[in-house]
Amino acid sequence: MKNKGLIVSSTPHLRDRTTNEEIMWSVVLALVPAIIAAVYFFGLQAFFVIVVSVSGSVITEFLFQKARGKKVTINDGSAVVTGILLALTLPPTSPLWMVLVGSLVAIGLGKQVFGGLGHNPFNPALVGRAFLLAAYPTPMTTWILDGKTTATPLSTINAGLMDGTASATVAEIVDFSYWDLFIGHVGGSLGETSALALLLGAVYLLYKGFIDWRIPTGMLSTVFIITFIAGRDPIAHLLAGGLILGAFFMATDMVTSPVTKRGRWIFGIGTGLIVVIIRLWGGYPEGVMYAILLMNTAVPLIDRYTRPRSLGEVA
Amino acid sequence: MRALTFKQGIYLDENKSLTSGKALQQASRPELVVIPMVQHIGTPCKPLVKKGDHVDLGQKIGDIDSFISAPIHASVSGTVKEIRTVLTPEGKLCEAVVIESDGEDHLAEGVSPKGDLEELGREEIIEIIREAGIVGMGGAMFPTHAKLSIPEGKKAEYLILNGSECEPFLTGDYRLMLERSEDIIYGLKALMKAIGAEKGIIGIEDNKADAIETMQKALTGEKDIEIKKLVTKYPQGGERMLIKAILNREVPANGLPIDVGVIVNNIATAVAVAEAIKKGMPLIERSITITGHGVNEPVNLVFRIGTPIEELLAQAGGLKADAAKVIMGGPMTGCAQADLQVAATKGTTGIVVLTENEVEEFDPQPCIRCARCVDACPEFLMPLNLANYAEHGMVESLEKYQVLSCIECGICSYVCPARRPLLHNIRIGKAEVMAKNASSSRGEINEE
Repeated sequence: MKNKGLIVSSTPHLRDRTTNEEIMWSVVLALVPAIIAAVYFFGLQAFFVIVVSVSGSVITEFLFQKARGKKVTINDGSAVVTGILLALTLPPTSPLWMVLVGSLVAIGLGKQVFGGLGHNPFNPALVGRAFLLAAYPTPMTTWILDGKTTATPLSTINAGLMDGTASATVAEIVDFSYWDLFIGHVGGSLGETSALALLLGAVYLLYKGFIDWRIPTGMLSTVFIITFIAGRDPIAHLLAGGLILGAFFMATDMVTSPVTKRGRWIFGIGTGLIVVIIRLWGGYPEGVMYAILLMNTAVPLIDRYTRPRSLGEVA
Repeated sequence: MRALTFKQGIYLDENKSLTSGKALQQASRPELVVIPMVQHIGTPCKPLVKKGDHVDLGQKIGDIDSFISAPIHASVSGTVKEIRTVLTPEGKLCEAVVIESDGEDHLAEGVSPKGDLEELGREEIIEIIREAGIVGMGGAMFPTHAKLSIPEGKKAEYLILNGSECEPFLTGDYRLMLERSEDIIYGLKALMKAIGAEKGIIGIEDNKADAIETMQKALTGEKDIEIKKLVTKYPQGGERMLIKAILNREVPANGLPIDVGVIVNNIATAVAVAEAIKKGMPLIERSITITGHGVNEPVNLVFRIGTPIEELLAQAGGLKADAAKVIMGGPMTGCAQADLQVAATKGTTGIVVLTENEVEEFDPQPCIRCARCVDACPEFLMPLNLANYAEHGMVESLEKYQVLSCIECGICSYVCPARRPLLHNIRIGKAEVMAKNASSSRGEINEE
């Protein structure tokens, strides 16, 4: 037998094929239906918002990594995910320069200043959106549908409530149906509208095991139950606004959500709770972004207090 | 029969079909055996022979007066060529007796049947097992006689034989169950008798349906022994997982199976016990699977302890051109070898050869907190935290997060999409905690 160099390393000698890249690009793939829906409902405008947001994110990542003298990892797909998610939270009429600023903040302030992938405490896309909402409130809350300026379903529901029609269903107050909400034929941000497109992607990620079911389950059921108890329309609350997008694609962001199973329940339920509080009793019609960002801050604490009991651990 | 299992763990590609259909065959007798004096956990043996001595097959050539130790025997008859320092498969340096075979296989005195199992007492059985040098043959190599000596105040209710063979590629225990079922049951009964256990259980993974059937058939009429079917899941054969799956009992962290009334032994160990009692033959040979996509003709062999692995590989058709890694043991827990002169020992369950494609090298990437390691850890630890604490020398956090409960199954590193060497770091963390415990128990001031 010829003497060739044998490789020696510590165990295990087998590795699962799944890589960070595969997970990130799978999320991109899972967002494709939502991208198609956005372009279908809002036209080319939406397409440009997505292109600018993704390019801005990737370029920002590249520049930061170059400046810090780190290995450039823009191929890992994580900046692309952030770019798409940011775009999906923006109104279709967003000026493109604003989108660019948002992507710069998302990757720069939301991710790279903390040390890049894996080190950021907040969901980067939501950091970008939070910045834009604070800096440019008017373009961030201008909505269109079928070429006309319109209101989002959530603000319509809230407006309806002001008129004293609290117990009425959405269909009675406003002129769109559950079906419109489900397929996405309503005003709103690019990716907040079509529950159908988002759920298609979510099912794929759940099947691949790349998102944990506990977070969306905890979040959605909390919103459903509390809005129901509060006498509101729970189905409309589930389908309208950014809840589906947030529950399946943002709250589940691995980097910024708990690693324990119990922790994920707490995170999901807590996020749902804050969503409802903001929507029903807060000043904004929508609360998903702030709910997730607030719960992001609690993740280290949640992880610490939900460490699983190890097998045979004696207290 | 519903298949039982433990929580978490992972499903691996089994790769057992390379050898599962191949009957155990006797390996050719080596010209030269290199028999390390460390083939067990515990005190190393001292050679009882010197250069130039003639030894017979089965003659004791190494021993030491220590409870946690097991004597070592000649696996050929012939002449002691030298005593030299060698590397064990685990990478430890130790003395080894090198014997040149005379081709006679002349039996040593005292290698004779030990009598009827019915008439042997508990102590006698344990003594036979010690004298035969039997150790845990699933790979852990803990001296079996020490395991069977039940501490004061404890009672053994169950003797569980581990037939799960949960490592991918390996099929040695599977072949033993198909071919040596009578001896396995004989050995199991002897082990039960040695610890006074009323019940015997053989746990077998459900990917070995014919082994379950064969063993079941061999058990006809036995009312104290039953077979439990287990889910094929890694690490089902870890004794803590096995006990959880079969009896739903949790072995306390840092405790032993006997704390919950159980002793676990391996299939191959039971066969060795049967050999030791029925024939008086000490542990001088064992079954092994030589396999992987890096060998030409994967086989199941019975080989003499101390055979250099190069010779064993030759009997599996030799290495392929793209062979890149030679592992002694299974691919999840076995040790990669740099030198093919290393001798196979009592704990060598297999030699798995991986190809270049199977051992791609990679740079660790940042942890994305995907929690796949947390979700799969069979001990319910948080490997990402432990590895991180270990990297930063945070000994207190390591202890708080139960680092010593890690069984080193390797699942965390296996599932990590960032290819981080989690288990590697956790091992370092375990060593740090143990070093701290050792120094504080010696009354030294701990600076940290």
